[in-house]
Amino acid sequence: MVISLFITCYNDALFPQTGQAVVTVLERLGHTVEFRAAQTCCGQMHYNTGYRHDSYTLLRQFLEVFADAEVIVCPSSSCVAMIRDHYPKMAEQLNDPALQARVAAILPRIFEFSELLTDKLGLTDVGAFYPHSVTLHASCHGLRSLHLGSKPADLLKQVKGLTLIELPDADQCCGFGGTFAVKNPDVSAAMLSDKLQCVLGTNAEACAGADNSCLMHIGGALSRQRTGVRTVHLAEILASTEKSS
Amino acid sequence: MSVHVGEAASALPFPEAAKKLVANSQLRRNVRHATNVIRTKRGRVVAEMDDWEQLRDAGKAIKDHTLAHLDEYLLQFEAACTKAGGQVHWARDADEANRIIVDLVKRYGSDEVIKVKTMTSDETRLNVALEAAGITPFETDLADLIVQLGEDKPSHIVVPALHRNRMEIRELFMGKMGLDTLGYQPEDLAAAARNYLRERFLRVKVGISGANYLIAETGSVVVVESEGNGRMCLTLPDVLISIVGVEKVIPRFEDLEVYLQLLPRSATGERMNPYNSIWTGVTPGDGPQAFHIVLLDNGRTKVLADPESRETLDCIRCGACLNACPVYRQTGGHAYGSVYAGPIGAILTPQLQSMEHSQTLPYASSLCGACYEVCPVKINIPEILIHLRTKVVDSGHAPLAERLAMKGAAFAMSKASRLSLAHAFARLGQWPFNDDGKLDNLPGLLAGWTEFRDLDAIPAESFREWWSKR
Repeated sequence: MVISLFITCYNDALFPQTGQAVVTVLERLGHTVEFRAAQTCCGQMHYNTGYRHDSYTLLRQFLEVFADAEVIVCPSSSCVAMIRDHYPKMAEQLNDPALQARVAAILPRIFEFSELLTDKLGLTDVGAFYPHSVTLHASCHGLRSLHLGSKPADLLKQVKGLTLIELPDADQCCGFGGTFAVKNPDVSAAMLSDKLQCVLGTNAEACAGADNSCLMHIGGALSRQRTGVRTVHLAEILASTEKSS
Repeated sequence: MSVHVGEAASALPFPEAAKKLVANSQLRRNVRHATNVIRTKRGRVVAEMDDWEQLRDAGKAIKDHTLAHLDEYLLQFEAACTKAGGQVHWARDADEANRIIVDLVKRYGSDEVIKVKTMTSDETRLNVALEAAGITPFETDLADLIVQLGEDKPSHIVVPALHRNRMEIRELFMGKMGLDTLGYQPEDLAAAARNYLRERFLRVKVGISGANYLIAETGSVVVVESEGNGRMCLTLPDVLISIVGVEKVIPRFEDLEVYLQLLPRSATGERMNPYNSIWTGVTPGDGPQAFHIVLLDNGRTKVLADPESRETLDCIRCGACLNACPVYRQTGGHAYGSVYAGPIGAILTPQLQSMEHSQTLPYASSLCGACYEVCPVKINIPEILIHLRTKVVDSGHAPLAERLAMKGAAFAMSKASRLSLAHAFARLGQWPFNDDGKLDNLPGLLAGWTEFRDLDAIPAESFREWWSKR
């Protein structure tokens, strides 16, 4: 299968290793990964902060770039949620039936990374090895928008050597919320502090997740407080094998 | 007409108010404990309902239908209520409502009133207007009594004194009620309140209430509550005046079936409210012999006019979104500067009153979606928050630094070649803040981030650069 990677803007710049891990996993499973260099951003930050007009441009650009892609994978639940939840509404706001049709046509072909593996490819065991104790942060968008449910955990449970420890209060937001963390730093930090207590309470070596934005937030505090606990994207765990780890 | 919502117009911006509140460890502990108790109870009684999702759909459908025909149902209510001996008054804004009520109390020759939980009267600042006219209001809902005695403000739409714990309330009662000793068990506090209130219930001749529902076909008014103080307030005085927002009307008596299931389970985690009072006009020889109802607009028809956010008016004031909200759970209700706190307050207050006084409220959310998940009438609060943020930006109220950053980002994202260039600039720009691979003390918009968190330095190679070399 040819799978087109939508890396997302912040993974491209800040977390290239996550994109590399997605490529590693999919190629190991025998698929061909393509990367369309004209891609940039889904427009989530602009849309959610109230800059709707800027996000319209990015919507059109996304549709342009991925129009004929057979299967699109994206290692970020919040960007997939942006596309799935808001693109149809945005096309409606623009009162453009042709655009609405293009959005409707592309939606069934977009998968968040764990959705692609479990739903589209029907896999939970991807031959990974990661000899560490891990707890799993369920991002709000993964939880309430994509309804990922147990998909990320199902994948982790099949990883050799990995001990999965349940995270208490997993349905609570970590306090990132995009520009929320910047516009409301004190409340965001208070929310983050609760999340950290839960993560540290598990005694896990690493906190995994399907969204680097939350992980950047949680990891930033884990690092600032010198906890010695790291964050890691699900794809990077699944890319790890007995040879590579 | 001038719309104001409590004292929201003079409130601090949300981030400033919140900064003070998150530093108050006792308050955070109180709010955390109380919301946890209610959330747990709610979760239990919602889970036992097989048809909960259908009930939510029905609750929403009835409200949406009513709002689409609000003019007809309000007139139908007016006719039915009048026929039953009630007198209906219409108020365009808070001041007009207060004026009507003050005049009525004076007309009946009273200089004091007993009140049962009416948030709408907090919205209009009725107590201030009554006191200015020489009329003493006594709050009789236990939580409202605590707020009134403490010269405090309500912090939750169902549990107004949720930010106070038992010990704080004990101390307050001892001081304000002149008690030398008082136990600290809930029963002791309830007994003290009962002694204090009972005398007033029997003495005061005018009662003022809110309402949960107005029934158009019968002209009936509905109040649900847990204490029984409401029942006394609604039945003992000679005169009853109710102040009610126009969005509270529902078409038929049988529609109550839906809301009397949705509301108690969502609000307090009870299967049914202990006291459900329904009255229709005046019944000779039984209860108040004069009944007035003030129907309040105060910005509601303006909300109704916006198709993207009118579902805000579906709200049945259960407070489930407050208890579920991770922001509210950190700050409590006072950060919202309005009688309407939490996620519903963050969308209702800015829509009712002029946006310039509450433009930080639509941003007081991480858009986690917990509010939408628990809302018994499925109000898509995150979507409305985004809609209101767009209004803030489009009206030019967003901060300049943010507008510039967003414009810059939009420009960089509009073409992949520009994005690559932006990566290079960012890598160059970060070096003064780069401390061994961690960014520290960032300026401007990112200062709030690095105050509490590290930020990894931007990697030397972006994904697209790595890919192009493969």
